[in-house]
This record gives sequence, C-alpha cells and structure tokens, in this order.
Amino acid sequence: MNDPVFIVGAGVISGIGNNAAESLDALVEGKTGIDKIKYLRTNHSDLLPAAEVKLNNDELSAMSGLAPAISRTAMLSMIAAREAWDNSGLNKNIPSLRTGFVSASTTGGIDKTEEFLTHFLIDNNRGKLRNIINHECGSITTMVAEKLGIRNHISTISTACSSSANAIMYGARLIKHNMLDAVVAGGTDALTRFTLNGFNTLLVLDGEYCRPFDQNRSGLNLGEGAGYVVLVSERVASLLKRDPYCALTGYFNANDAYHQTSTSMAGDGPYMAMSGALEMSCLQPPDIDYINLHGTGTQNNDSSEGAAIQRLFHPHYPKMSSTKSFTGHTLGASAGVEAVFSVLALHHGMIYPNLRLQTPMSAFPFVPETAFSRQPDLKHVLSNSVGFGGNCSSLIFSKL
Amino acid sequence: MKAYIRSAIAISPQKTFNNPAFLDDPAEYRNSRLTSIEPDYSEAIDPRSIRRMSRIIKMSVASALACLKDAGIANPDAIVTGTAYGCLEDTGLFLTNIIQENEEPVTPVAFVQSTHNTIGAQIALLIKCSRYNNTFVSGGASFENALQDALMFLSENNAANLLVGAMDEITDMSHVVLSRLGLYKRQPVSNLNLFDTNSKGTINGEGAAFFLLTNTSSPNDLACIDAVATFYKPEAATELRQLIDSFLVSGSINYSDIDLLILGNNGDSKNDEIYSQLQQSVFNGIPSINYKHLCGEYPTSTGFAAWLAANIIKQNNIPVVLNQGKIPKNKINKILIYNHYQNIYHSLILMSSC
Repeated sequence: MNDPVFIVGAGVISGIGNNAAESLDALVEGKTGIDKIKYLRTNHSDLLPAAEVKLNNDELSAMSGLAPAISRTAMLSMIAAREAWDNSGLNKNIPSLRTGFVSASTTGGIDKTEEFLTHFLIDNNRGKLRNIINHECGSITTMVAEKLGIRNHISTISTACSSSANAIMYGARLIKHNMLDAVVAGGTDALTRFTLNGFNTLLVLDGEYCRPFDQNRSGLNLGEGAGYVVLVSERVASLLKRDPYCALTGYFNANDAYHQTSTSMAGDGPYMAMSGALEMSCLQPPDIDYINLHGTGTQNNDSSEGAAIQRLFHPHYPKMSSTKSFTGHTLGASAGVEAVFSVLALHHGMIYPNLRLQTPMSAFPFVPETAFSRQPDLKHVLSNSVGFGGNCSSLIFSKL
Repeated sequence: MKAYIRSAIAISPQKTFNNPAFLDDPAEYRNSRLTSIEPDYSEAIDPRSIRRMSRIIKMSVASALACLKDAGIANPDAIVTGTAYGCLEDTGLFLTNIIQENEEPVTPVAFVQSTHNTIGAQIALLIKCSRYNNTFVSGGASFENALQDALMFLSENNAANLLVGAMDEITDMSHVVLSRLGLYKRQPVSNLNLFDTNSKGTINGEGAAFFLLTNTSSPNDLACIDAVATFYKPEAATELRQLIDSFLVSGSINYSDIDLLILGNNGDSKNDEIYSQLQQSVFNGIPSINYKHLCGEYPTSTGFAAWLAANIIKQNNIPVVLNQGKIPKNKINKILIYNHYQNIYHSLILMSSC
C-alpha cells in the first residue's frame, strides 16, 4: 500500500500553450495567456478578461480528432490526455497493462447544453438532441478514454476547483491497491457562459488581469484547459526506457467545512490538506522547495491559503507562485494543469513567476516569486487546490 | 477489504424513509415518471438550512443525516458521493436564468448549489466534518466508483467509518429531454407490471441512498459489502461472462454460493436481453429478483439496489412485490447485484451476511 507511484507522462493545454513545450516557453518568458475574450460568445467579452485556449472549435476539432460539434471540454481533454499518454511511451510499448483514465470536470458538456436550451426554452420540442447527450461530465471522460484505447477503468470526479487533484489521488490509489498498472489522471474544463456568469454574479471576477497574492488584488480571471499526468507502479516504471519525471509522494484531501463558497480565514482546509500530504510523504515543511499556489486572486482565497501557509511554514518559507496569473483559473482542470507545471518545474529545475505582483499582502511575512529563476536543486514541490464546498487537496511531487 | 453496513437509508419512489415496514405497501405509478416520496424534512434538517436546498439536496442530506443517526456516528472519517447528473434543478435554473436574462442573472444561489459536490459539501458543513470528501460523476458507474473509493479508504485506515451515498433527481426539463431521446415507454404502464410489457422503453426514476460503512463489525450491522466492480462496454456476452467469472474468482466465490441475484432489468426488451442471456448461462439456476419497477431507471439506481440487498439480508426476507412467486433458499447469505446502464457501464456489487 505504501509502494511509490511514479509520473512518466504529462500533457497540458491552456491559455498559454497547446502542449507542454509551448506552456513551458510561456512560463519561462513570463507571457500570460489572459486576454480579451475572443472565442466564447458572451456579452461580457469587453468587460471580463479570461485565459482562453487560443483556438476555435474547428481548430480544436482538427487537433483532437473529435467532431467540431462536440463539447469544447472534450476536445481540450482529448488533446492534453493524448499528449500525456503519448509522452509516457506506454501507448505502444507494453502489452496487457491494466490501464485507467480518471478525469475531472466541473462543466462537462454544458457549453453544448447552453446551445440546446436556447432553442428548448422557446419550444420543448426544439433543440438538437446531439447537443444535450454529452451534458454529463462522465460522458466527456468516456469519449476520450475510448479514443485513447483505455477501458479497464474509467471514472470521473467533480469536487469543484480541487477536482483534478482528487482525480490524481484516486488514480494513484488504484495503482497502490494493485487494481491498475497505469492511469492517465487529471482534468478538463472549457470556459462557458455558465461559469463566467456564475462567478460574475458572485462578484469574484477581476475586470483587469488578476493579481494573485497582491495586497490590491480584486478577483480572479477564468481560464480553460486540461492537464493530465500518467501515473504508474514501480514495476511499470522499470519497464520504460526513460526515467520517470518524478514520484507522487504525498497527497491529502480535507474539507474546510466552513462555507459553501468561501474558505475559513485561518485556512483550516488548506492547512489540513498540506500537512496531511507532508505527513504522507514523510517530509517536514522545510523540505518543500516550491509551492504552486492555488492563488486565485480573490480576497478570500489568498488570505485563507496564505494563513494556512504561515501556520505550517513559518519561519521557513519555500519559494512560491500562482501560475493562475498565466492561465487564469481553469476550475476543474486547474489541479491537473498545475500538476503538469509542478512536474515540469521539478524536471527542469525552474520556478515560475507570480505575474503582476506589485504590493505583497501586508498580512504575511512572505512574498511569492516575482521573477523566473533556475533552481537545479528542486527536490519537492507542493501543489494546492481549494474548491467550492470546502474541498481542499494538496499533492507533493518529489524528484527521484 | 469488506465493509460492514451499520446503517442504510433511502428516499425513493417507495415509502422507504422513516418506515419500519419493508416494502409491504408498494406505491403504484401509471406514467413513465416515478417521483421520490419525500418526508417532512423539518424533522431531519434544520429549517434554516432547508430554505435554499433543492429537492436532490434535501433528499440526500436527510438520508445522510438519518444514516449517521441510525449508526450512532456523529462525524464519519469520510464522505463519498456518486451522482451522474448532480444538482440538475439548480443547473437548469441557472442556465435558464442566463438565457432569459441575457447574461445578467440576478442571484448566484442556483450556480453555487449546482456544483456536483454540493451534497457531500453540505453534509460536511452541517456536521462540521473536515475529513476526506469526494464526489464521482461517472454516469452509470457513479455509485460503484464511490463504493470502490470507500472500500479502498477503509483498507487504508484503521477503525474507520465512512458515509457513502448515491443520488440523482428527475427535473421537468430532464424528463422531457430523456423522453425525447426515446428512453421511456410510449404507452402508460403500471410500474408494478413493468416486466410484463415486453415493449420498448423503461420508466424514469430517482432517489437518494446512503450507507454508513465501517471496517469493524458490530452486532447491529445489516450486511457486508464484499466487493464491487465496473466494466466499461464489454465487447460481447463472452467478455462479460469472463469478467463476472474473474470477479467471483478473485473473491473465492462460486456461482453456487450466490443465494440471490438482484438484476437491473428495466422493462425495455432490448436492454433486458443481456440479463436473460446471463440467466441462460452463468447465472442459470440462481434465484433472482428485479428492482427497477420500484425505483425506476436512473444511473445511480444501484444505490437503491444495495439498500434493498442490505435489508433482505438483515431481515432474511424478500418482500412479496419483489419475489413474484419464486422461493429462494431458506437463508440468504450472499447477494450479487448485477446492473448495466444503457449497456455502457456494467457493474457487480457482492454483499453478504455478516
């Protein structure tokens, strides 16, 4: 049960790039993916910036091999999951592996449901049924799993903004329980009118580019994307030609149990998630070299997450940054996207900047990184996720 | 790792909640939509909390709280839920609001409560449970995935107890859409005669079922969950039979050990062919019952089936509405639930007396 789980593949698509290499270039160059909304049809496009994937649905269709009328969520998932799967080398090398696909999402096919309802609400006999049949998050997952040729286990997790972290945890546990040999785990979410209006009505969207962990931050920008890692057992890792990127040494899921949409000021949820993950990986706080923050840029999140970090790490603060300053908040995909960024940070020995940070939060003695740096000695990276409903999960990736 | 069921609570289209009688007075429906029989929630949930809750949240939270109360557990070590559609009413409300108000929705309440983890979160919030909390939305395997997570959690943690639930709701909108997809019977049929019709289509159902599972036995346990498995689109009947074979082999069970099968027949002649094929092969000679005439067809109906199995084992009694004149062995020790949802996910849940 305590056997290690290794990461042997990674794939990502977001506002800063259509694959891992492009994403890494943008992270190194400090190039944000946040911009005026261009691809989503919405009345808010002039007022609310977002980090869209810079491809329209026809282009995504060509790249993913899925029909253009399919949900954007599925196309993003397909592109990143296939990159991860191909990157692992498992897709062709090893026969008779027990494989799984654990994908997270909060929006599922709701972009198409919006289209359907526009007609359905006028007349219940109207609306194309093909636009509603993939409403469920689960059907996005099965569609992609079939294309990847994965069928021993297919499941979908939805715990708001921590969804993908829980998908990665669940995938790792299926391997540790010897139920599977390899799992593609992560998540996907497209930008939709549903989420854009939802967060806008909650008054948590910044009309400017978001400034996570800045004293004068005023909300988040939404993003979209998908991110997956390929998890394998030690036995499978040893069969591969290339060394694994790293190991997933710790994870923990806790609930803040404070409020449906905000986190406790003391950061109980993120504190429990981080300390649980540390305990599992047998590490002490000073062992962590970099924290990829949840860092949405809302007043509540950054205060709460910051308080949890202060409680756990004071006075030895690791370097930290929120890559949501590049990708916006990709919701159910964010922990998958950020897991890939964390894995790449370890692998290449680099720490990404927290863009647009001008005035550090006065409540805390630490300041996130404002510039890109090379850190060849990175050993342990912690990635945080906090979601609606108090769902908090942390993951720890460790160099081998 | 087997799990002991300390309590099991269901709100369903039958009188299953707060009712000591076991399905002795079946509710009859004459259309294709079965609706949960809901209790007076003010006894189960704090009225201040109820006000904003949608139907699925109320059904689920009331079941969950009753389940904890029955088990005598104030705060479990984990809460895991499975729901294919999630909070559909709130999702539909907010989407409608966006469209009708031209993207100027007036309140975020429906949006906030539309997320699939709302139920697990609400339970955690009400009982202040800061432990493991997860939600599966895997279509027809949502409850089975939640159960699998639960069984793994219990084997990873000593002396743990865990709340696991299945829930889905029908809304006016979803019923129209699913009807347009041709899922339901065109002619009115009594749910109690569902299996006599031999025609196309089934009946729509809904409900919530919660279970308190532990890894240590106690005298009042209803039954045990021994194992669960899901199979995605088995290629042919032969592959399905092999998968069922290996599921039983891995639990060191023979077909002859199974005292009762609970099958997911839903009254749609094409859908039900798979069950009869299996009954002519591997399941041949094993007494069986159906359950979907009582709760209707929906992706997490196996939650209702597991509630049923737990009570059949505990009471060693099959209610008349399920038995249909068949007489099983004297003592029901082992029940295998086999279901498939639209021939996409197939699942097995093995349960036994403790």
